[in-house]
Amino acid sequence: MIYEVFRRERNGQAFEHAGSVVAPDMEFAEVWAREQYGRRGESVALWLVPRDAIHDVEDWADEFDLKYRRVDGYSIKARLKEARERAAQPRKVLTHFPRDGEG
Amino acid sequence: MRDEQAFLEYVQGGGQVETADWMPDDYRAKLVKFIEMHGNSELMGVLPEREWILRAPTLQRKLALTAKVQDEVGHAQLIYRVVEDLGKPRERCLADLVDGKAKFHNVFHYPTKTWGDVGVIAWLVDAAAIISQKALLKCSYAPYARIMKKICWEESFHILHGRDVILAMVTGTPEQFELVQEALDRWWGPLMQFHGNPIPKDEDPMYLWRIKSQGNEEARQQFLEGYVPQIWELGLTVPNPKLRRGDDGTWEYSEPDWDELKYVVTGHGPKTDERLAFRRRFLDQEQWVRDAVLAA
Amino acid sequence: MADQRELLLGLADDELVIGWRDSEWTGIAPLLEEDVAFSSIAQNEIGHARAVYERLTDDADALAFDRALDDYRCAPLVELRLLDWAHTIARRWLYEVADEIRITALMEDADVGGLAAKINREEAYHRMHAEMWHERLLNEPRFRAAVTELWPYALGVVLPEQRAALASRVGLDEVDAVERGSHTDDFAPLLEEMTMVRRSAPAGAQW
Repeated sequence: MIYEVFRRERNGQAFEHAGSVVAPDMEFAEVWAREQYGRRGESVALWLVPRDAIHDVEDWADEFDLKYRRVDGYSIKARLKEARERAAQPRKVLTHFPRDGEG
Repeated sequence: MRDEQAFLEYVQGGGQVETADWMPDDYRAKLVKFIEMHGNSELMGVLPEREWILRAPTLQRKLALTAKVQDEVGHAQLIYRVVEDLGKPRERCLADLVDGKAKFHNVFHYPTKTWGDVGVIAWLVDAAAIISQKALLKCSYAPYARIMKKICWEESFHILHGRDVILAMVTGTPEQFELVQEALDRWWGPLMQFHGNPIPKDEDPMYLWRIKSQGNEEARQQFLEGYVPQIWELGLTVPNPKLRRGDDGTWEYSEPDWDELKYVVTGHGPKTDERLAFRRRFLDQEQWVRDAVLAA
Repeated sequence: MADQRELLLGLADDELVIGWRDSEWTGIAPLLEEDVAFSSIAQNEIGHARAVYERLTDDADALAFDRALDDYRCAPLVELRLLDWAHTIARRWLYEVADEIRITALMEDADVGGLAAKINREEAYHRMHAEMWHERLLNEPRFRAAVTELWPYALGVVLPEQRAALASRVGLDEVDAVERGSHTDDFAPLLEEMTMVRRSAPAGAQW
């Protein structure tokens, strides 16, 4: 059986896929993975998972424009330029909201 | 993307390939052969060094050499896993190896004669190998590129260990200095052949598929540039009077014996038969263990 | 004190020689994954030997390599040349059970108790490994035959007063032990090979 090995290098880091070992059961897999992925003290923890237990997710629907969900769906450059130019021009400053009859 | 031309453009543009992706039959075949040869080399490389584990002259050297050789076995494990996921089971790789049907690198067909060899191998043979291995970090086949990261990281201590062994001897007795020089004289030829004959990159299918990212001559030049100065600064000589660094930075040297290289890697090296027989003996003897362990 | 020194020298020599024997499998173990694990165990044993030698002398290498054959105190069990897996694993398992008994006893010692405890902590992984193989090969005739054959030698690893405990853990009846004190025929060739490079230079040469 193939066991996938994930290792955490240091506290604070996520588990990362490191490789795999061939073993008859979890006991052998642990003993062997300890040495292959930890004999130098290079891992603080390992996760061992039989390959069969892993569920693959690899296809995605990509039919409609979903850019509004991402940063690249927004382009503010042109509008920002216009707003800055307008703010730079002289204009009447209102001290109160215009009453009826005022300009 | 089941189109060989599109695939070629994809990998040449830096695209990476994973195990479940479609790949042209030729790409897969060349990949398996290349990676299998690497695994075989790591495994066969153990045998010349193994004897010296038993003869190491201090506890520290024994520990270091055992750890180094252990790494080579570990690398073989990583590499054969990649081959297996590409479709060729480990047992078949090992069977082909001991039957003489599969290749491994030239350097592991030669004898080791003294403790001087231990130093030269760890320092210079590993250095030559690491140059190729660093280039493989960019391999288009991603699972292989990924294991190369662990391999390169582990190899870095091998070279330091080798250099330390050499330095202890060249600053020791005159006899110890001679051991190093004599070993270097014997290993220089195979070292110069190690990276293969200079095929132009655009004629090398391994480069076109971006399995290799470096030409053979480029690797050899990198080796010479990095290590000849290190050799000379210790007062050691290289048995090639023509060896010199040209004004443009390119190293010149006598043409290596490409016939010898071909002859050796096709299974006619001085130690090929003996080492394969040794492997076969243990493989056969311990088949019952694999049956007992890997059976349900 | 002389007894204590003898005991420690025996422990260190056992670890050195079994580590040397186990390192013979580097590259040729039955499975690649096991090859890597087994090599770590061999290195650990050598490391333990070194730690104990360093308690007994300033020059651990000299003590490890430069004695006359008769001055080594290893138990015959570790000297045997066993280049087949059934015997190697049988020895591994028997040795770990015996070693646990003597190391735990040493942990009581005011002087070396700390070192023994350190060794014991690392040995926990060796025991895990040995038990795993023992369980897997329990019903293999080759393995059972090897255990039976090596049993008298295993008894020689521990002191006479510790043998009943060993027999109880292993599940075999106590028999006459092959005692420490004389060396097997396999030891001289081992020593010869182990020291050949070292002897090729004058004493004190650096390596």
